[in-house]
Amino acid sequence: MYVAVKGGERAIDAAHDWLAEERRGDPAVPELSVAQIREQMALAVNRVMAEGSLYDRDLAALAIKQARGDLIEAIFLIRAYRTTLPRFGGSRPVDTGAMDCIRRISATFKDAPGGQVLGPTFDYTHRLLDFALAAEGEARPDDVPPAEAAPGPRPEPAPVPHILDFLGQDGLIQAEAPGEDDPRDLTREPLELPADRALRLQSLTRGDEGFVLGLAYSTQRGYARNHAFVGELRIGTCAVELDIPELGFAVEIGEVELTECETVNQFKGSKTEPPQFTRGYGLTFGQTERKAISMALVDRALRWKELGEDFAGAPAQDEEFVLSHADNIQATGFLEHIKLPHYVDFQSEMELVRKIRAAADRARAGLGEAAE
Amino acid sequence: MTDDYNFAYLDEETKRMIRRAILKGVAIPGYQVPFASREMPMPYGWGTGGVQVTAACLTPEDRLKVIDQGADDTTNAVSIRKFFHRTAGVDTTEATAEATIIQTRHRIPETPLAEGQILVFQVPIPEPLRFLEPRETETRKMHELEEYGLMHVKLYEDIARHGRIATAYAYPVLVEDRYVMDPSPIPKFDNPKLDDNPAILLFGAGREQRIYALPPYTKVVSLDFEDHPFEPSKADHDCDLCGASDTYLDEVITDDRGGRMFVCSDTDHCRTRRAAGHAGRLGAVA
Repeated sequence: MYVAVKGGERAIDAAHDWLAEERRGDPAVPELSVAQIREQMALAVNRVMAEGSLYDRDLAALAIKQARGDLIEAIFLIRAYRTTLPRFGGSRPVDTGAMDCIRRISATFKDAPGGQVLGPTFDYTHRLLDFALAAEGEARPDDVPPAEAAPGPRPEPAPVPHILDFLGQDGLIQAEAPGEDDPRDLTREPLELPADRALRLQSLTRGDEGFVLGLAYSTQRGYARNHAFVGELRIGTCAVELDIPELGFAVEIGEVELTECETVNQFKGSKTEPPQFTRGYGLTFGQTERKAISMALVDRALRWKELGEDFAGAPAQDEEFVLSHADNIQATGFLEHIKLPHYVDFQSEMELVRKIRAAADRARAGLGEAAE
Repeated sequence: MTDDYNFAYLDEETKRMIRRAILKGVAIPGYQVPFASREMPMPYGWGTGGVQVTAACLTPEDRLKVIDQGADDTTNAVSIRKFFHRTAGVDTTEATAEATIIQTRHRIPETPLAEGQILVFQVPIPEPLRFLEPRETETRKMHELEEYGLMHVKLYEDIARHGRIATAYAYPVLVEDRYVMDPSPIPKFDNPKLDDNPAILLFGAGREQRIYALPPYTKVVSLDFEDHPFEPSKADHDCDLCGASDTYLDEVITDDRGGRMFVCSDTDHCRTRRAAGHAGRLGAVA
């Protein structure tokens, strides 16, 4: 009797053993390697890197394996690891204009210097289950014949200028004020409101994809509508450079794959700003374009104050609402903690309800007598 | 103890940052100090704030006790105790009087605390005004201006509607006649223990990035009205195991015919009493 507070330790150990067994699944089926996850579940790996705020494909793949494919759990593993890492320094801002693009599209111009490059996208696939994959054969897109010859070595990338800069030359799009040299770091300082744009973008880029997507979608449906076009979406690798004080110059320490989205938003002008196009901006780790586009829309919605727009009362415009709820590790922790023991609180509530009920019953009985 | 991590998991720079926040909290009792809460290897909501405060206070000589719902062996208490045993290698204890640091979720131990002890509370929502005003920008202003009218209106509305203040836990207190403070979700039965307590009481909210504190012998008053004075309450029973009539009780369902037993939520206190020969209705002497 009275097992509720006994045996916690043994229960935890047993639960962990069982979890390990479930994670492995049927031992008759070969185990997934981290390399297989890294290569074949690349978009899951990208999401874990983006929301985990740590660019390491192998660790992200390991986290996905350990988390049994639960991506938020995997992101959590990465965040908890990341926070223990020493900081050597901050990189120089990456130059996305010098990106080696695998994909680069614009919805606002049919063509532009650098061209439209479709790249590896689901956009025009027909969403039909490919049963050849189930047979563990190699699948090919149905309409495309196999390439005749293996592609030769990739030519040196041509410069791919940002499309929105062309609008900027004509003064048709609002110019961006240069940011602070050293933006504040969301992971090293408590978030204090109001936040500046750099901090908002930090929060959005590591925010939950589903949450940011939902907010972005809400702006399209009229909750702070901002008439967005994808001015440019580009995916590719950028060099990361670090200033080395002993050397006195910056050294390339590696490269990262990034997705960048710039939206062009219609803007009729406000009390303070002339009629012109405005921008939203999204930048995320890996090939994560749904997230980058969503981020750009929400970024634009959050800029109402600096552009002199009205606050329409929409959730996506509300900085405190968006920034306080975008982080899925915070959200899932607080949400799921209600399954932890709350005997004490619940007990106090029960006593309260019993007392209030007893008082109500007495009052009713009193009324009954009075009526007789 | 594993060598891969620093003593008590957090790096020294982080501990220093947290200690600064704690010192500021001690200097301004009841004021919520923002701090750069770190991601911990347990989820937000599991006590990350308390764990960070404990980590920043721990020294190798400390004896740590961890309780959840008053008990040393609830799952999460076990888990946090294991965490510190592993990362700090400190001695742990279940005896309140022997502990130098006690991390708690939702209770204050029944055994009175002494000078030199630190009690660390895990806090989910540090802002007592949060459910009256969801915006942090607003509530900070309200604290600055000591504008607590909204809270009194809420308590008054409770009385008008229910005949009593309908808050049973996380019952708001006024600290040194200045800050209204959330004592964390302890039952209001525990509120009187906050006042004039000889121990240092520290509160850590990880997800919300706040630390606050009550230094020893701080004046802490539970909010009430003259004609509706604050009353700590508990189940109207004695402990069925140790017979105590003055402790906070858990209600345990024992069968499917309405059978109940009431037992001390503070397991250490209950066991100590039974060891001393006290017995309750079900007569179980330890």
